[in-house]
Amino acid sequence: MIGIVDYRAGNLTSVARALSYLGEESRVTDDPEILAGASHIIFPGVGAAGEAMANLRKGKLDYWIRKWGAEGKPVLGICLGTQVIFEYSEENDTACLGLVPGTVRRFPETSDQDGRPLKIPHMGWNQVRFTREHPVFRDIPWEAEFYFVHSYYPAPADPAWIIGETDYGMPFCAAVARHNLVAVQFHPEKSGRPGLQILANFCRWGGHDAE
Amino acid sequence: MLSKRIIPCLDVRDGILTKGIKFQGNVDIGDPVEAAARYYEQGADEIVFYDITASSERRDIMIDVVRRVAERIFIPFSVGGGIRTVEDMRQVILAGAEKVSVNSAAVENPQLISDGARAFGNQCIVLGMDVKQVEPSTQTPSGYEIVVHGGRKYTGIDALWWAQEGERLGAGEICLNSIDADGTQAGYEITLTSLISTQVGIPVIASGGAGLPEHLAEVVTAGRADAALIASIVHYETHTIPEIKNYLHNKGIKIRNLW
Repeated sequence: MIGIVDYRAGNLTSVARALSYLGEESRVTDDPEILAGASHIIFPGVGAAGEAMANLRKGKLDYWIRKWGAEGKPVLGICLGTQVIFEYSEENDTACLGLVPGTVRRFPETSDQDGRPLKIPHMGWNQVRFTREHPVFRDIPWEAEFYFVHSYYPAPADPAWIIGETDYGMPFCAAVARHNLVAVQFHPEKSGRPGLQILANFCRWGGHDAE
Repeated sequence: MLSKRIIPCLDVRDGILTKGIKFQGNVDIGDPVEAAARYYEQGADEIVFYDITASSERRDIMIDVVRRVAERIFIPFSVGGGIRTVEDMRQVILAGAEKVSVNSAAVENPQLISDGARAFGNQCIVLGMDVKQVEPSTQTPSGYEIVVHGGRKYTGIDALWWAQEGERLGAGEICLNSIDADGTQAGYEITLTSLISTQVGIPVIASGGAGLPEHLAEVVTAGRADAALIASIVHYETHTIPEIKNYLHNKGIKIRNLW
């Protein structure tokens, strides 16, 4: 069973629907006992970092997610779930989970090729350059695009953990892989076939970089 | 670099597509779920549903459509029409829509935008604007006015001012519909689209007037739109989504290919 962490951060059912389409059993819950019994944890979410962390602390889920992260259970972060995995987010000046050293920054105000200001949020379909092989990103064509909607982006302390980069005014980290943790800034559940492929790969992943 | 989005719009009344959609093969032409699934498979980047059900007692039918769509398509989709309260938004979002769009109700009660943005995040709230060209005046200096109730009622609100006000209130996106161009299939309203798109910091979806792939190319380049809404051009199979995307790609416009 795949556990989907419910911490009142937006609509979490779309991930469950995608898993159900893939034939995977899942539970959307905030109950640590049920989540502890899951083979894999998905940590999704949309919204703001400050409120997300407050909700996680209220339900003591911050403790459990750190624990599962340390124990080697495969964890997939999505969008806001990815951002709060880092140590700190500029959004609401928030101390986050610290599963991965690094910070989350707001997109700087820059211009496109025509000198017009880039729109924030970064909303829509964009390519991800995967920089190395990984079981969760197996069989993803390099031209594939993914659906993004965000104003902040993760900046891991060690660039070696960046597994995918996307360009929006500048290159930013769109996917991170470190031990049993994979985290993506885009929404695989809303990214058509390549997104579903990532979810299917994750559900079959044992939690090791090379398999 | 972001791809320009191509977004089919489906009008639904009492759970049934109102415009006939002519698909090759044996798709049930009246079923919005089948139509959405087909457009998803053809490479639509997003789908917009517009509920034109007259009676509010029958809203449950649309919620059921949304739920069934969410099980079949794995791209973002939005629902507009008849959304008047945060509770209406919540129902549609919980049924599986990414975004809700508000139009006349936001003109009457602008706080609906900020309340919705606070409850679900800015990215969830699309401000739909129906616009007509008028003589520039002190009240409508941009020369474009907001109209409501399907374009029948002028509001005296300047379109550019309303777009910026919508952004300030927390809308994450604007769907800009030119009533003058709507249904003509003679091309989008480029001047209006470019005016709004360059004066707001949020994405703008151009709507109204698509009849040829050239029109989409024009609106995402000269019109500076981030996305283009299409209806008849694909519903009547004048052109298919892959044809349109091929055309844009050959013009050097970044679009998403299917993989």
